[in-house]
Amino acid sequence: MARYFLRRIGLLLLTVALTSLIVFVITQYLPGDVCRIILGREAGDAAVADCRVDLGLDDPLPVQYFRWLANFAQGDWGTSYSVKAEIFPVVMQRTRNSLMLAAVTLVMAVPLSILLGVLAGLNENKGVDHVISVGSLAVVGLPEFVTGIVLIQLFAFKWKLFPANSSIRVETPFWEALPMLILPALTATLVLLAYIARLTRAGVVEELKQPYVRTATLKGLPRRMVIFKHVLRNALLPTVTVLAISFGWLISGLIVVENVFNYPGLGRLLAFAIDRRDLPLLQAVTMITVVGYALANLLADMAYAWLNPRIRLE
Amino acid sequence: MSNLITPVLEISNLTIGYRQPAGWLDAVRDVSLSIQPGQVYGLVGESGSGKSTLALAVMRYLGEGGALRFGTIRFAGRDVYSLTPSELQAIRGTQIALVPQDPFSALNPSIKVGEQIAETLRWHQSLSPQEARTQARTLLDSVRMADPNRVLDSYQHQISGGMQQRVMIALALISDPLLLVLDEPTTGLDVTTEAAILDVFRGLMETYNTAALYVTHNLGVVARICDRVAVLYASELVEDAPTAELYRQPLHPYTRGLLDSVPRLGEDKHHHRLTPIGGRIPHLDELPPGCVFAPRCPLAVELCHTTRPPLEEAVPGRRVRCHRWPEILAGNAPTPEAAAAAPVGEALPAGGMLLSLDDVRVHYPLGRGRLVGAQRRCAPTERFPFARGRAVRALDGVSLTLGRGRTLGIVGESGSGKTTLARAIIGLAEPTSGGIQFSGVSLPRKLSRRPAAILRKLQMVFQNPLEALNPYLTIGEILSRPFIRLLGLPRKEALAEAVKLLAAVRLPEEYAARLPGQLSGGERQRIAIARAFAASPELLVADEPVSALDVSVQASILNLLNELQWARGTAMVFISHDLSVVGYLADEVAVMYLGRVVQVAEARDIFEAPYHPYTEALLSAIPIPDPAAVQENIRLDGEVPGAANLPLGCPFHTRCPRLVGEICRTEPPWQEAGGGKRIWCHIPVAELAAVQGRVIGAGRQVDR
Repeated sequence: MARYFLRRIGLLLLTVALTSLIVFVITQYLPGDVCRIILGREAGDAAVADCRVDLGLDDPLPVQYFRWLANFAQGDWGTSYSVKAEIFPVVMQRTRNSLMLAAVTLVMAVPLSILLGVLAGLNENKGVDHVISVGSLAVVGLPEFVTGIVLIQLFAFKWKLFPANSSIRVETPFWEALPMLILPALTATLVLLAYIARLTRAGVVEELKQPYVRTATLKGLPRRMVIFKHVLRNALLPTVTVLAISFGWLISGLIVVENVFNYPGLGRLLAFAIDRRDLPLLQAVTMITVVGYALANLLADMAYAWLNPRIRLE
Repeated sequence: MSNLITPVLEISNLTIGYRQPAGWLDAVRDVSLSIQPGQVYGLVGESGSGKSTLALAVMRYLGEGGALRFGTIRFAGRDVYSLTPSELQAIRGTQIALVPQDPFSALNPSIKVGEQIAETLRWHQSLSPQEARTQARTLLDSVRMADPNRVLDSYQHQISGGMQQRVMIALALISDPLLLVLDEPTTGLDVTTEAAILDVFRGLMETYNTAALYVTHNLGVVARICDRVAVLYASELVEDAPTAELYRQPLHPYTRGLLDSVPRLGEDKHHHRLTPIGGRIPHLDELPPGCVFAPRCPLAVELCHTTRPPLEEAVPGRRVRCHRWPEILAGNAPTPEAAAAAPVGEALPAGGMLLSLDDVRVHYPLGRGRLVGAQRRCAPTERFPFARGRAVRALDGVSLTLGRGRTLGIVGESGSGKTTLARAIIGLAEPTSGGIQFSGVSLPRKLSRRPAAILRKLQMVFQNPLEALNPYLTIGEILSRPFIRLLGLPRKEALAEAVKLLAAVRLPEEYAARLPGQLSGGERQRIAIARAFAASPELLVADEPVSALDVSVQASILNLLNELQWARGTAMVFISHDLSVVGYLADEVAVMYLGRVVQVAEARDIFEAPYHPYTEALLSAIPIPDPAAVQENIRLDGEVPGAANLPLGCPFHTRCPRLVGEICRTEPPWQEAGGGKRIWCHIPVAELAAVQGRVIGAGRQVDR
């Protein structure tokens, strides 16, 4: 198991390194001269040339790459062109915000979707199953900006339960921010719900067919024990893996939700950076996203290995 | 526990059906039987007989859409189907328990084995976790489990098949049940393991006086362990009698057919012909009117096809469902014609060496961490990590020869390497060292390097015909392929030849247009055999060709192989775990253990002393379909060690009942024992001959 863990970490580092290389190379080949963008179109050639020397843009590529990588690893992520501020603190704040939103989403989504999935699986092809399966499919078919706005209409305007706008500030502590997180988290939950519920349902249906369920039933164990002790731990294996991967999406993939609710997360930051052609910011956010996904994958692998005795005990 | 006067189980006119769109499909029809306290009741049948459905129905466990349509099941006087869910829960696992067929999938892979036993104890007996663990340990001791503490803390994939089944037995015995329901509990276990498990059963049933319903298709096991037997065919009960009487004089033609179609130890193909049961088992939705066995019955008359026979008591304690039982009882019924047909003639004259294996080894190097296959931790054995390296030694030095037109039988259990041997000969497994000569020419190791001329001469028949035939090709296309690819015939001619081949395997011409999925298991295997013989090979490798088939069909396939082989002068390497089948079909037999050959002998001599100690144990383990047979009781300790951890020297010495001492850790010599018999053992042949008696004595004659 320890060897498995170490191998996985090694792969993670390799993934991140390779991605950094790709990110770097791609940004080199984007059209437009970085210095011209900073100084504006009317800048003189001499000014541009000086700027290039300043930023080290005329050095050979490998040198630039390793300089960038070294800086990045040390926390010096440079200065944003558009915001004219240090990138590192900005990205870190946004990461914190995204993490909060992800946490709330998971707390809402996980128990609910697993419960629905188990209910559907236990009642395969009966009424409950049809309602849950079709219902969740319908919901996931709706884009987040639709569900988000509908939720705002209902919960914020009609029933006045939660605020319509979630633009929290840097200093806002978690507990204060919580009411503002509910609606965006709910929107993201609706997306995850169908996915997780269907997966759980399939897992439950599959495991119920296994002979060990018959053994447990014929041992005289009560139904609830058979389901919760015997079936679930096997049925949830694929679900756990997918949940861990979803975590990666929740960190940096919620652009639409963040937009609808005006929530300062990583997704909006990424969109902002792309829009402004802010290369350093873009690179930084991309790298954080990659690290997030890679860690999520690692978590998924480790969870699976831990839960599955066959792999854990090799 | 047997202070009951009422029968433990009483089944009356039971009909279990499954709801289908077109109506009901009855898996069990009008079956009645009763089991007395302490009685072991066998339920024999082939696929589609309804035996498993019946066994599970007793515990009120019906599959999807299943329902008890008519009749009752009374357990200890109570109607099982009138119990409330909590009453049902209370008796399951305590008074009535199941030992299922496949112990591997019957245990939860994510919960420790000890916990799966303990949870039942805690639930039913309200024991504390500590008490439950102690009790679990005691239970494992009672099923003679080796190293019970390790097993309690293991997961199911960390223990062997035999150990898993012992766990299931321990689970079943938790509350000293009145009735054990055993659904083919030893199918899928090696013969030697099966014998040990059957011993455990017998011991426990005697100690606890538990009644049992033992479902199986294996007539040998029934003879060994059951007091009474009921025979099921296509959902109906056709005969029901005490075991000894059933075997001595079967009254129903189906039972007779079953007993006749099983090769007996000592019978060989030159002097006996197996009597198969013609036709195939009917689908449950196409049951014939009248007697369900009539279409296949050699004694059927007009009445049998129109009127369903009632279940009658022929003799006190014996019931039979046949119109003609009085004649059969009196011995006046005609014997089936097939028995009168001439057996295959005398052996072909010796024709020179065809196949020669010289010290063939097949080693699979082990990757890091992962063990190949399901081999698990075994008893500590010596190994030199540097000299041997980490590898699975599937074949570890096999040298055999085969003459033209002769049949070599290979016998072994799991891990013996017999399948690897077949694959090495055919070219699917590359030997790591050693050579194979075919017709005097060295065979290229890789299949891809073998020219078409060689491929044509070397063909294979596999165990599972369903997997060996392309489900998307018609039978005609399947049979044409060898002609097109190996003989270069044009398509039209190939198809014509294919049709001729169908006739040779006694299948109707119309089958050429069918798909494999539309045929029965036996018919598919005929096609596979036909395909193998298409290009008139010189050598046929048959890897367990009948193991996946029903008993009544096995005989016809064996006969077919025999005929075709004799007609075309083909040599055959026949692999099986079933010594009686091998003894019947082979001229020479080689016994394998852990990648080595331990004994070679002429087929008729394999059952005579001297034997290699492993052969001796194997012979004593085979369940013989004759309750009157006398058989030695030699049991091997432990399990087969994994092929990744081979013992030094003689691979069998870790379990050998005749272990000599340190010398067994060195490579044994080959010893000649006369008549072409060779034994690979340190014990001198003369000594073996002196101390070993005949393992299997003659049984009484069967009255026809």
